[in-house]
Amino acid sequence: MRWLLLKDLTILRRSRVLVAVLVLYPVAIALLIGLAISRSPGKPRVAIVDETPPGQTVQVGSARVEVSRYAEQLFSQVQPSRVPTRAQAVQEIKAGKVLAAVVIPADIASRLASGFEQARLEVLYNGNALEQSLVQSQLSSALAQANIGFSEQIQRAAAQAIGLLLSGGNLGVLGAPANLVGLSQIPTKLRSVIARQPPGPDRVALEQVEAFAAFAAQNLSLARNVLSTIGQPIQIQSTLIQGRRTPLNTFAVVVAVSVSLMFVCVLLASGGVALEREEHALARLVRGLVSREALLAEKGALAAGCAFAVGFAMLAGIGAFVALDWGRVGLWLLALALGSIAFGALGVAIGALAREVRAASLLAFLLSLPLAFLALVPSGSVGAALYEAIGAISFVFPFKASLQALDAAVNGASPSIGGPLVHLLALTIFFGALARVGLRRVE
Amino acid sequence: MRDLAKRYGERVALRDVSFDVLAGELVAVVGPNGAGKTTLLSILAGVQRASAGEVGGPAGSKGARAIGWVPQQPALYSKLSVEENLRLFARLERVADPHAAVETMLAQTELRERAHELVERLSGGNRQRVNVALGLIADPKLLALDEPSSALDPGQRARLWEFVDRLVQGGTSVLFSTHHLGEVRRYATRAIVLADGELLFDGPPRELIATSPPGDDFEGAFIAFLKARGH
Repeated sequence: MRWLLLKDLTILRRSRVLVAVLVLYPVAIALLIGLAISRSPGKPRVAIVDETPPGQTVQVGSARVEVSRYAEQLFSQVQPSRVPTRAQAVQEIKAGKVLAAVVIPADIASRLASGFEQARLEVLYNGNALEQSLVQSQLSSALAQANIGFSEQIQRAAAQAIGLLLSGGNLGVLGAPANLVGLSQIPTKLRSVIARQPPGPDRVALEQVEAFAAFAAQNLSLARNVLSTIGQPIQIQSTLIQGRRTPLNTFAVVVAVSVSLMFVCVLLASGGVALEREEHALARLVRGLVSREALLAEKGALAAGCAFAVGFAMLAGIGAFVALDWGRVGLWLLALALGSIAFGALGVAIGALAREVRAASLLAFLLSLPLAFLALVPSGSVGAALYEAIGAISFVFPFKASLQALDAAVNGASPSIGGPLVHLLALTIFFGALARVGLRRVE
Repeated sequence: MRDLAKRYGERVALRDVSFDVLAGELVAVVGPNGAGKTTLLSILAGVQRASAGEVGGPAGSKGARAIGWVPQQPALYSKLSVEENLRLFARLERVADPHAAVETMLAQTELRERAHELVERLSGGNRQRVNVALGLIADPKLLALDEPSSALDPGQRARLWEFVDRLVQGGTSVLFSTHHLGEVRRYATRAIVLADGELLFDGPPRELIATSPPGDDFEGAFIAFLKARGH
């Protein structure tokens, strides 16, 4: 086995382009996946046509809210491009300069102030089905955020108006008398007047007014509190039931390393086994020079060793930019080692079954790439039955178990490392046996 | 070989094949396509297992490694040099002195000047020489060659047979399969005719010619022989 290993290392050394592709391609793919997971989507570039006259306001009680505040709220949620007219906005969409346009119509203030007509915005967008879906989703979110921000301002103005009604003072409304008595002060004032009144119909009438004023003040005070809950009726308090929370960026590190581990290992191991057949050397080897088991072990070990080195180098390199717990390095090595061995077993099985290097490489890609994506599908994002099916497929290949083992090793995530490591060992035995069956025939 | 049989599922590739190869004999195995020639040689070399029967190694040796094997297509690592291929297989064959064995093979096959060249850069003829050298690296008593001249031009073929002749003169037994019937007539001391996995003839080529009408050459005699037996 030693001579065979030396032979393979010599061949690898002479295939520099292959080695460079084997290392650089998965690292590039891994980094892209990592970036895609860890970075939130950028703000959509949106043209905004504000048709409202400058300085237009909405009167809420005694307060005035500027309509331009809505546009400001919207600007903070998107990459805004101010355009003067709707026609120009359409031109920008057609030219692909913006993903969509939002037209704030001139009558938005009057509709908001009317109390019975809902204000409306016009949204224009273009593109294929995927782009439309993306734009709709991003814009809906941006508009919802802007709506919340604007409604908070209206609520504040309304709450301020109710506060003035309750506590009195200067309402600031044109024509309203200065130093008005507040509704909450009326019952006290009335009680002192009632106390001086003799029993009779006037006193009874005053007592009724006092009871009403007390009731109205109490309920108006309650309405002020209700207003704050209308804006954001439900607040989210999240609690993680199982396991330890993994920050998205360190999870992305684990995903990136797992993808590299898989590609390097599976491609090398499958290619190594298939090459023996392609060079017609397999028949010469297995006629008593090397056992089939030793041959498979050598190919798997070589691939696992290379993948382990690449995986650890990636973790160490990324560790310079992302805070990783180096105190857990022993667990990293364990997870990397068992993950590499399981991927090596998968690779030799592919190589033994595919018989040619090109077919083996193609099969390795066809299997590996979808498996990585399937293992990352979060529960709840697809139907229950489909998620079960995805789970079953992920279970019989090493990617998910390797990802879980590395996540547990690097981030202390749940499930704990023991289960995934046992799973990886079981998969190594399974794929090793499959490779042995595939190598039964030498030609 | 005694009562050798090989089945692939329902298909019978060899049935009750028995023969001996004596020291210094050059035995040709001939037959139409699918006769079982490659199967016979690969069982002899230990690449495949027989479904039934016995394969004995050369006298005083045990196991398939006592038999040198040269497959039809060169079984070489193209990213290794000639010398590296020879050294690798010398080590895998557990040759006592790999360095000496490599030097001997380079000298015998006249590849000394090409020793450091990568196999991928060699001509077909030179690859076949390395292929033969790998079969001989452990100094076997019996060498099995599977269609060794099929990919060679006439000049390369002549050089190959000169080389094989020297081996036979040195006492090595050689068993080879071929479709070139002229080579059988010219070089083989014995011919074995296989058809549909059955051994139909085992004797000197001239005896096969004697079975056909006068004036037939070996090729005509071989075709008439098979036709007479329904093949």
